[in-house]
Amino acid sequence: MENLTQAAYLVAAALFVFSLRWMSHPKTARRGVAAGVGGMSLAVVGTLLHPEIIAFHWIAIAVVVGTAIGIPLSRVALTAVPQRTALSHAFGGLAAGLVGTAKYSLWLGEGELTAFRTGAIALEVFLGFLTFTGSLMAAGKLQEVIPTRPITYRGQNFINFGLLVIALFAAVGLVIDPTLWALFPVLLALSLTFGVLLILPIGGADMPTVISLLNAYAGLAAVAMGFVLENKVLIIAGALDGSSGLILSIIMCRAMNRSFTNVLFGAFGQVQASTKGAAEQKPVKSVTAQDVADLLEMARDVVVVPGYGLAVAQAQHRAFELYEQLQKRGIRCRFAIHPVAGRMPGHMNVLLAEANVPYDALVEMDEINPDLAQVDVAIVVGANDVVNPAARHDKSSPIYGMPIIDVDKCKTVIANKRTMNPGFAGIDNELYTADNTLMLFGDAKAALGEVVKALASESGMGH
Amino acid sequence: MHPIDFWSMTFVFMLATFVGFDVIRNVSRLLHTPLMSLTNAISAIAVVGSIIIAGEQKTTFSTVLGTIAVAASVTNIVSGFLITDRMLKMFRQQSGKR
Repeated sequence: MENLTQAAYLVAAALFVFSLRWMSHPKTARRGVAAGVGGMSLAVVGTLLHPEIIAFHWIAIAVVVGTAIGIPLSRVALTAVPQRTALSHAFGGLAAGLVGTAKYSLWLGEGELTAFRTGAIALEVFLGFLTFTGSLMAAGKLQEVIPTRPITYRGQNFINFGLLVIALFAAVGLVIDPTLWALFPVLLALSLTFGVLLILPIGGADMPTVISLLNAYAGLAAVAMGFVLENKVLIIAGALDGSSGLILSIIMCRAMNRSFTNVLFGAFGQVQASTKGAAEQKPVKSVTAQDVADLLEMARDVVVVPGYGLAVAQAQHRAFELYEQLQKRGIRCRFAIHPVAGRMPGHMNVLLAEANVPYDALVEMDEINPDLAQVDVAIVVGANDVVNPAARHDKSSPIYGMPIIDVDKCKTVIANKRTMNPGFAGIDNELYTADNTLMLFGDAKAALGEVVKALASESGMGH
Repeated sequence: MHPIDFWSMTFVFMLATFVGFDVIRNVSRLLHTPLMSLTNAISAIAVVGSIIIAGEQKTTFSTVLGTIAVAASVTNIVSGFLITDRMLKMFRQQSGKR
């Protein structure tokens, strides 16, 4: 029996690797999901063969409950995918934390706790529960149940660090004497608190990094669980998840020119106090949707730069209609995607794919930048800091050094904004006052809709 | 636990991490959102540990925790795979593209 179980785990682990490998291209990606499902089914069947399992009714009930929650969670609107993802990290963390707690209580009763087991459990419980509350906080912020702005107070980093040290002491105490069970609830409470405190100072724009980081923690919690249960398929799947989260966090940090510690302990909200309002007020040039349509008619190469504002306004379908109108006229239209646009890695791509924009029209920042000088019109929709030229030259700017999409190099820039209020970081964007920039004020969905309408009516006139 | 077991697990962890880095680095940036929901579903393999704890029924406490853990993991498995597939279905190429 044990051989059969292990063989099932072995095949499952291989299928998981294939599953991720097939994600390298949209053409093979769906095969990746099938491989993942296959691997998971094998692993579950292999586990159910375990002779230690004497009753199935609780498992069956839990499966029903999990399925009942899981199906609606898989049908959320794509704008809500970041929240859903954060929520699933929370569930992953919770499962790891609970299994660790159960194992501790069982082994404590049986006198089977060794220093190694206790250490692994302590790590599993700490990572699991901190991921649980941290991800719930992140989901709350993304859903705007909790204020999205960074919440900071004096001595914040000191308190967080202090909690971490106390948690470490509790864990070390448990490893030295595993029967000191009173330390366990202390560790548990500290982990739960630490998760909350860690996310409090995180602002909305840092969410892509934080979600990726929580992804890595959830993976590492699964790895720790694998060490506790001496289960290699858990270690492998957890390591794959952990490395994925880590790579995504690194990509996000690079795209913002910031370090992990800066994201976690820097509370972006604080930094921009240093920005001077000294910039001389240059007038902005405002245009109508009709003007934009006329400009587009004459263009040959157009780039659209979407940001989180596009998701908020649900303007992705209008963006597709614009794309269609331009395609019809033989005008090249591409979407330039900044890695941190949106609230999670790849957010914009999914939204635009939902609206039917073919993926070959979605271009990464590094790929589009060299082309931008030849582009006739760039349309910035709901993006702000990722196109702020200050990031290139203004050393006093909080976003200095962040790689941006250089739309200011295009012949004409159309920037859509609701009002002239600065973006999340409260930084003035000199793009809006640049000589080649025209402002199209209004809600992204409505404004793009008007442009599309103007284009559509013009095409009737002898094109 | 025998020290050999610990070391063999650590080797597995190290190798899996290297494989993970290599495979993930090749994932198309277009697909980073589905990637996250897919790895999320995969790491819900934690269900394996939860099933044993819920099914061996050693104490009420452990059975309750195990059952909640199974429910949480199954939620991730079901919603993770389903939403990944739903998102991937939307990625299409330009029609008529050679």
